[in-house]
Amino acid sequence: MDWITTVDHKKIAILYLWAGGLFFGIGGIEALLIRWQLIKPMNDFVDAQTFNELITMHGTTMIFLGVMPIIFALMNAVIPLQIGARDVAFPFLNALGFWTFLFGGLLLNLSWVMGGAPDAGWTSYTPLSTSAYSGTHGVDFYTIGLQIAGLGTLIGGINFLATVITMRAPGMSYMRMPMFAWTTFITSAIILFAFPAITVGLVLLTFDRILGANFFEPGAGGSPVLWQHIFWIFGHPEVYILILPAFGIISEVIPTFARKRLFGYSSMVFATILIAFLGFMVWAHHMFTTGLGPVANALFAVSTMLIAVPTGIKIFNWLFTLWGGSVRFTTPNLFASGFIPTFTMGGVTGVMLASAPADFQFHDTYFVVAHFHYVIVGGLVMGLFAGLHYWWPKMFGRMLNETLGKWTFWTFIIGFHLTFFVQHFLGLMGMQRRVFTYLPNQHFDTLNLVSTIGAGLMGVGTLIFLTNIIVTSRKPPDAADDPWEDGRTLEWSIPSPPPEYNFKQTPLVRGLDALWKEKMAGNKGMTPAEPVGSIHMPSATPLPFIMSVGIFIAGFGFMFSRDDFGGGFVSFLFNNYIVTGLGLLITFGSMLLRSLVDDHGWHIEPEELEGR
Amino acid sequence: MTTSHAEPVHGGLPHEPEKATAEGRNKVLAFWLFLGGEAVLFGTLFATFLALRGQTNEGPTANELFHLPLVAAATFFLLVSSLTSVFAIQAMHRNHPAMLRNWLLVTVVLGLCFLGLEIYEFTQYVRHEQFGMTTSAFSSAFYTLVGFHGAHVAFGILWISLLIGQLGYKGLTVVTAPKIYVSAMYWHFIDVVWVFIFTVVYLLGKVG
Repeated sequence: MDWITTVDHKKIAILYLWAGGLFFGIGGIEALLIRWQLIKPMNDFVDAQTFNELITMHGTTMIFLGVMPIIFALMNAVIPLQIGARDVAFPFLNALGFWTFLFGGLLLNLSWVMGGAPDAGWTSYTPLSTSAYSGTHGVDFYTIGLQIAGLGTLIGGINFLATVITMRAPGMSYMRMPMFAWTTFITSAIILFAFPAITVGLVLLTFDRILGANFFEPGAGGSPVLWQHIFWIFGHPEVYILILPAFGIISEVIPTFARKRLFGYSSMVFATILIAFLGFMVWAHHMFTTGLGPVANALFAVSTMLIAVPTGIKIFNWLFTLWGGSVRFTTPNLFASGFIPTFTMGGVTGVMLASAPADFQFHDTYFVVAHFHYVIVGGLVMGLFAGLHYWWPKMFGRMLNETLGKWTFWTFIIGFHLTFFVQHFLGLMGMQRRVFTYLPNQHFDTLNLVSTIGAGLMGVGTLIFLTNIIVTSRKPPDAADDPWEDGRTLEWSIPSPPPEYNFKQTPLVRGLDALWKEKMAGNKGMTPAEPVGSIHMPSATPLPFIMSVGIFIAGFGFMFSRDDFGGGFVSFLFNNYIVTGLGLLITFGSMLLRSLVDDHGWHIEPEELEGR
Repeated sequence: MTTSHAEPVHGGLPHEPEKATAEGRNKVLAFWLFLGGEAVLFGTLFATFLALRGQTNEGPTANELFHLPLVAAATFFLLVSSLTSVFAIQAMHRNHPAMLRNWLLVTVVLGLCFLGLEIYEFTQYVRHEQFGMTTSAFSSAFYTLVGFHGAHVAFGILWISLLIGQLGYKGLTVVTAPKIYVSAMYWHFIDVVWVFIFTVVYLLGKVG
């Protein structure tokens, strides 16, 4: 019950982590099934329809329900601590964001047991995703499930923007903010400006499918390419929503374990902003082959290649931070150091794909699959592993086992390169993506076998990580305030795990790497910016949960509003939008309740603070 | 940010009650951010409409459909309602809850007039012009863009009405003031969106 009503950012972080981890597991199993189908030519492990559903759900689940929530988990766990705040700007909205994500994700995954999963690819390209080509409710689950989950992401983005703008501790100027706080800030800004586009796209597709609208119906004047524009004006910034937080994590982990301040801090900040800006300028490089014409292709090719410049700045800054440092290769730092070359490889193939003429060759081959998995798995997932190992003691008060951590790293990174490195060559040799099987003796056989073995090894790495979590959770809490001993930022100045009010006294920030600065000045901890006083806390409330249940029911009702249930009461309920109305009533009723009942929260008094 | 105005005027309420508390300031800031997202939302809808506005699929065209006098009347109601919501906020800043309530009521009534005209317009199109959601890509885009705006107006009317109720029940305080201020921001925003709809959908539909 406590978990359903909590508005504490640290508990919401853990909720995000478990829910994201669950979906990550589901997406991983889907990936393994895909690789098992492709282990040999003309395999009949799954049929073509199931394969389409698997690749669609793998991509959708991993991006929207796996890695994004784990990013949000780390942001929630760390950002208020790093900027010296007692919570996020809107704790209630924070909880609401989590629950809408979870119920959107549940709705999407219910498709597996309710008449067919979405089968039009994670990009849901029209006309493949229109009723004519996708007759089950699969794509409806996609549009409505993602809509609900996307609502949660947008709420989270606005919340983090407001938090970083208004909740920073005294002395924490923008140019003294840790890089992870910076990348969270910029990522949230991208979310704010990218997600409404996909909101509209999903609405249009829903209207086409459920209300018979003609946005993407060429026969009635609609345009399938319009879907691609809307999808990618969101979708390409989404790539940076995913990777910038990883950049932030790497920028925290490397200085800690190199025991040097981050090389070129201000250039890192501006590179982040520049990447975010350029991220919006390049969406049509996903559409070179749709016939936009040479001028558009050239412009989007050049703007895409430009992103390599700020990204290169970041890569070199990390290398220069490691250079000459007294480096400790703990598990987080192994992942962070492994990230650098792996992500760079993904970036290089990105520049190759950005060349429009070459893209006509690479398009829809395994070369593209290899490229984006190098970026998203070799970049983001490695970053998440680094961040989870790094902040685990702060989140749970327990150090993860280093030996198991190193096993996780080596199995995962070897498995990763085995899986995806060979896919570059499969692509160059002409193996198409999204096809459920291939003919023998086209030189695809061996490389596909290698790729599948690699995927299995990545699965083993993930299992070792799970074992590590279980083993660790059975030990008593052992983490010190500053368990890595070289912590530089504010989160390491308070106990692990932090008390619910985070900081007994708001700290005074006197420079970049605030805690490191105090350590170097010979101080034991942060200088407080205020006397010990009564701390205001927000009350726990079940309303965010109930509101999300309402949206879930409404989405469900809308999706089946045109279905024939063989007459009777059920048809009556759905076809007259009664189920939809009931769901909306629950949500709006909760909003009304929230508005009418003043909740002033509660206070922790100084005596209680001293008593602990 | 409001230190120079922080001293209370008569009635014990600060000059800008919406920014008197940290929570209020956060709320106003977050709402500006939210409106940034809304701008992208409507921008995407406008782009969709512009891409599809010529695709009439042998159904009615914009030129045949639109009656500018009706739309001009709707525009008049909505623009004036923005002005009255400014008066409401001015009344709030002078700490006149009764005047604030009255101006909010006028705003809601004007909003209802606008919404009534829009519903009348849509029913005319559907009944007499055979112009429905499924007629053409143009019709889908039209109903989605203008309908989304209409839904925003309806939500705004509901929201401000509830705030008027709350104002009577709780009075004007540093808790209720940010809510009223933010709802006025929202109202201005949908007004601005309408100016674009009037230009891009109706005027361009008549001449373009």
